[in-house]
Amino acid sequence: MATKSLARQQMLGRLFIYSALLLLALYYLMPLWVMVTTSLKPLDEIYSGSFIGLPQAITFEAWSKAWSGACIGTECTGLRPYFVNSIMMVVPAVLLSTGLGALNGYVLTKWRFKGANLVFGMMLFGCFLPYQAVILPMAQVLGRLGLSGSIPGLVLVHTVYGICFTSLFFRNYFITIPDELTKAAQIDGAGFFRIFLSIMLPAALPIIVVSCIWQFTQVWNDFLFGVSFTSGSDTPITVALNNIVNVTTGRKQYNVDMASAMIAAIPTLLVYVVAGRYFVRGLTAGAVKG
Amino acid sequence: MATLDINRVRKAYGNLEVLKEVNISVGDGEFLVLLGPSGCGKSTLLNIIAGLEDITGGEVLIGNRVVNDLPPKDRDIAMVFQSYALYPTMTVRQNIEFGMKIRGIPAEERAKATNAAAEMLQMTGLLDRKPSQLSGGQRQRVAMGRAIVRHPDLFLFDEPLSNLDAKLRVDMRTEIKRLHQRLGTTIVYVTHDQIEAMTLATKVAVMKGGVVQHFGPPQEVYDRPANTYVARFVGSPAMNIIPGRLLASDGVPTVAFDTPQGEAVVRGVPLSAETAHRFAGRDVLVGIRPEHFGLDPCGTVPVGVDVVEPTGPDTLIVFAAGGTEVVARLEPFDAQVGRQERFSVKAEKVVLFDPATETRLD
Ligand SMILES: Nc1ncnc2c1ncn2[C@@H]1O[C@H](COP(=O)(O)OP(=O)(O)O)[C@@H](O)[C@H]1O
Ligand SMILES: [Mg+2]
Repeated sequence: MATKSLARQQMLGRLFIYSALLLLALYYLMPLWVMVTTSLKPLDEIYSGSFIGLPQAITFEAWSKAWSGACIGTECTGLRPYFVNSIMMVVPAVLLSTGLGALNGYVLTKWRFKGANLVFGMMLFGCFLPYQAVILPMAQVLGRLGLSGSIPGLVLVHTVYGICFTSLFFRNYFITIPDELTKAAQIDGAGFFRIFLSIMLPAALPIIVVSCIWQFTQVWNDFLFGVSFTSGSDTPITVALNNIVNVTTGRKQYNVDMASAMIAAIPTLLVYVVAGRYFVRGLTAGAVKG
Repeated sequence: MATLDINRVRKAYGNLEVLKEVNISVGDGEFLVLLGPSGCGKSTLLNIIAGLEDITGGEVLIGNRVVNDLPPKDRDIAMVFQSYALYPTMTVRQNIEFGMKIRGIPAEERAKATNAAAEMLQMTGLLDRKPSQLSGGQRQRVAMGRAIVRHPDLFLFDEPLSNLDAKLRVDMRTEIKRLHQRLGTTIVYVTHDQIEAMTLATKVAVMKGGVVQHFGPPQEVYDRPANTYVARFVGSPAMNIIPGRLLASDGVPTVAFDTPQGEAVVRGVPLSAETAHRFAGRDVLVGIRPEHFGLDPCGTVPVGVDVVEPTGPDTLIVFAAGGTEVVARLEPFDAQVGRQERFSVKAEKVVLFDPATETRLD
């Protein structure tokens, strides 16, 4: 008797949990549903019908317009050039910040110096600095360097801002790699960079993936730095998207807006789909025990 | 091949003195074991010899050459670590060849050396595996292989067996001894296991708190420990240290201590006439190893048996003497708790200590 009612109780509990999960999932999927369906509808259908219903006639016109025809300001180039801008910004920024973060983590754990903890503490502090706090000084620095309003300028900004995070990732990972490994390599005759390249980096693959995903998402999705430091044809895709959506003249083209938003989101989505499981694995992994 | 001289070496981390005036000197081809409890500075000393830690004071000479300012790679040493420290992303072969590669040895020669080492350590089948696919004992072998191909002047081992299970530990111990006999290279070996020290060493340095307590051949350390600390640390069960007294000298040094059953008297302990005279009638600590007791109806030590522990080859008897617990290791006999027995003592093996300084009296 007792066990039977217990089993029933458990089943009821399960049922409750699953229903709750389902509801929440629906709630979160709703906007995506609206975005996808809207982007596939002709504009007339959107204005005449409901927002949520399936499209009566599927058309990819909005997508093609968003990609190469939509007007941003006076230029009707679509998102394509800005997508390229973002790529030009995100690739070097991710590689630089990850590489420098790895180097920092390596030095902070394996070549400890007086004040290493202080330096690490200050880097941690950098993780908590809000974007807004660095905009003005950063603008001055960019101006002095002659990088104002350019994509290389944004690369610099994102690299500097990202180093705090990547250094933290790599330090916490490398600290789990036994010091004896570097000692053995030193006795083998390996120097600072040899140890870094031949031993530490290959062992750090999981955290390299984490760092790249993290930085890619941060840099790609950034709006504030982009809008503050670039303008016109030099802006990253997030800023261009904002400009498309905020046109004030004429009928609002919801289908083009939705398609544009999705085009802007696709790279980060793709990164998560392809490398997402390494992300979780890398965050929870310690170093390989050798 | 090289001699090793450690002269007045000191090491401090800030205010923390980890090594205080360490002096050790071993000849070419010797097997030096640094023995001591955890935290006594063994690894620090080994790292100083390797050049992985800088030195606060004193000097280290390898083959009569001061190496204080040489980086590890120029010291002609190879080292095996407690955690094995194999490069996790490289195969066994790559692990072994890494050092040779850096030294610019051609691929053909590298392969030859690696294969020879693999054969010697019976791990030819493992060369293409990653460290994570190896057992503890196999990793140990790889770490040794990596050291061997270096053909160093000096092998350094930091507790290489402490991560292995008991059975494997004994096997690998034999293997290391064989390696030493075969290569004849000078070895410095760190351990906290006194049995490893006894079986492997040609010289032992017993350390405590950054100070070498006794430096000498293992048999000497066992037979004539420099102080009660060394006496208790080396040997299992440990040497009994029994509070007693030196009787007034009549030419034959004689000690006595009390048991609940009466007074025990041991005649003919090794002691110089001068010391015997100086300590006559005074308290001393009487050091007797468990195996130096014997069951003897005419023995001079009256004993009440408290505990009987048969181990197979012999039987341990625990009894009270001089206010402490004493262990005797005897040939198996029909021992009964509570019974009175008489034991004899091998007087020539007894070691006396000064109760004030706890150092050995000669
Ligand atoms: N980098 C360091 N900074 C401060 N103290 C240290 C450092 N390395 C070792 N010590 C201290 O030095 C002492 C000896 O350490 P170690 O040589 O590793 O001992 P053992 O190998 O005998 O166990 C220990 O008390 C340890 O805490
Ligand atoms: Mg140690």
